[in-house]
Amino acid sequence: MQTILSIAIDAFAYGMALFIICIGLSLTMGLMRVVNLAHGAFAMIAGYIASYAARDLGLGYAIAIFLAIIGTVVISIPLERLLYRRIYGSPELTQVLMTIGITFCIIGITNYFFGPTLKTIPLPESLSQPVDLGIRTIAGHRLFVMACGVLVAVGLWYLIEKTDFGIKLRATVDNAAMADALGVRTPVIYAISFAIAIGLAALGGVVGAEFLPIEPYYALRYMVTFLVVVSVGGAGSIPGAVVACLLLGAIDTTGRYLMPEFGNFFFYAAVIAIVCVFPRGFFGRAQ
Amino acid sequence: MPSVGGRWLRDVIGVLLIVAAGLAGYWLFPDNLALLTRVIAVALLVLSLDLITGYCGVASLGQASLFGAGAYASGIACVNGVTEPLTLIAIGAVAGAMAGLLMGTIMLRAHGLAQLVLSIAIVQLFHEAANKASAYTGGSDGLSGLMVSPLFGMFEFDLWGRTAYLFGLALLVGVFIALKFIVSSPFGMLCRGIKQDPVRIRAMGAYVFPVLLKMFVISGAVAGTGGALAAISTQVVGLDSVSFELSANALVMLVLGGLGTLYGALVGTVIFMGFEHIVSAINPFHWMTMVGALLIAVVLVAPGGLSGLSERIFQSGKSMKGGRR
Repeated sequence: MQTILSIAIDAFAYGMALFIICIGLSLTMGLMRVVNLAHGAFAMIAGYIASYAARDLGLGYAIAIFLAIIGTVVISIPLERLLYRRIYGSPELTQVLMTIGITFCIIGITNYFFGPTLKTIPLPESLSQPVDLGIRTIAGHRLFVMACGVLVAVGLWYLIEKTDFGIKLRATVDNAAMADALGVRTPVIYAISFAIAIGLAALGGVVGAEFLPIEPYYALRYMVTFLVVVSVGGAGSIPGAVVACLLLGAIDTTGRYLMPEFGNFFFYAAVIAIVCVFPRGFFGRAQ
Repeated sequence: MPSVGGRWLRDVIGVLLIVAAGLAGYWLFPDNLALLTRVIAVALLVLSLDLITGYCGVASLGQASLFGAGAYASGIACVNGVTEPLTLIAIGAVAGAMAGLLMGTIMLRAHGLAQLVLSIAIVQLFHEAANKASAYTGGSDGLSGLMVSPLFGMFEFDLWGRTAYLFGLALLVGVFIALKFIVSSPFGMLCRGIKQDPVRIRAMGAYVFPVLLKMFVISGAVAGTGGALAAISTQVVGLDSVSFELSANALVMLVLGGLGTLYGALVGTVIFMGFEHIVSAINPFHWMTMVGALLIAVVLVAPGGLSGLSERIFQSGKSMKGGRR
């Protein structure tokens, strides 16, 4: 019972960390039709900024997160202007080639400046201590990640379903030319959603650093995981991403607890099974 | 569309150019024959990927599972006493074809992104399986101790890799000619039709799935040949021969060279691996940045790959000569 409960808590926290990172990728792939393999690279940049701010400059955790998000978005703006804008609407393979190129560049540059070692982001007192919930104690950081995940899911749902911006975004996704003709400024919509996606990647990269440690090959190592989660959930779908992250997080964590020697075996076997049954992902739209 | 005779002439010249380039490599870089043999093995992998991605429109990030199947099958056969090189190549090709059959059956169930993800999942499963079955594959230490007997009983696989290189070159040319026939056959045309519009092909009364599956099997045989060649020439089979990284690199080389032409696959492989070799020798810290910059530059300057670029230059040259656009 104790094992099941601790697996469940770890799986939930891990799934939520995955969710925060992957929902951004899901947005860019589902809404903007860009296969952005460099998504993990932005999460990694955020991790480095947060680590630098919190460990080397001694700033607080909250400030570090804030700086990381702002910094990553600022770095991404020229990239979007100069590179991504040229591959909107290109064939998928071109997008894959370009974004893998960007990933390689970012990895190479990070490796040069920060070295190949693992970077840690020191947690504040309040998050590193266990919290007593009555039934059992949980590491404070795990609770924080869960809260962030729930907050992001609800916030995004509200943004896309209930606000003016969400309506324009959905219109652009369904028919960009028609939305443009009706007076929606689609380039602005694209730029804002790209910034939101990158910001979420940054947030996920920082708060999920306990699960996915920050190092130069982070971008390549977890690229596949992120891509898998998005396609299992169905690109562009928030409930799909939540379900996929929780399910795959649970499978992965359970596999690691119970049969550590089989590593990724269960994860990928489950992915093949799921994709064979749901070729468009859990909540993917028909194309 | 050039006349049939003109196409024949062009293909003969193309094959002669490949042979000439291969022999030039043999004379110019006698100290780097191991690398050049590796390039040939990877070129076979990229050719096999071109068959399904360039000709059938099925993108795959898991092609190394076919390459690795061939490499491990011939490696295991070699350790267990089959040492004739041509037999080993045949074993690799058959194993690759069987893996291709399996992979095609799974991958063709999905489309688009899901297909890409399935291919990744398959190569990761192959990787895990090769890692865990260490009794047969040597696990993460790799399968070593492959003692290959001389080719035709006469040519020893020597330390400098001369035999291995010339053997690989002959193999590549043979496979290339066979593939030229396959892609220009009615079957190859049908595959191209499926790439452009599967619905229409279905409406014309052809079955799409068996055609694509057949191409997967052929592609697996080619990739398995490449894997067997890598195993024979290096006498080691490592886990990296069935990795996601190799698959991704193969796709990058293919797109770099240009999809849907067999020459593009060869050009992309040679340029990518040559570039990687030179840059990592000059500055090991920056090679990844440089390779990334190369990829970005290719997308910006030559979206159709390098063969598309040369075609464009060629065509604009022609129209300038004609005096009109």
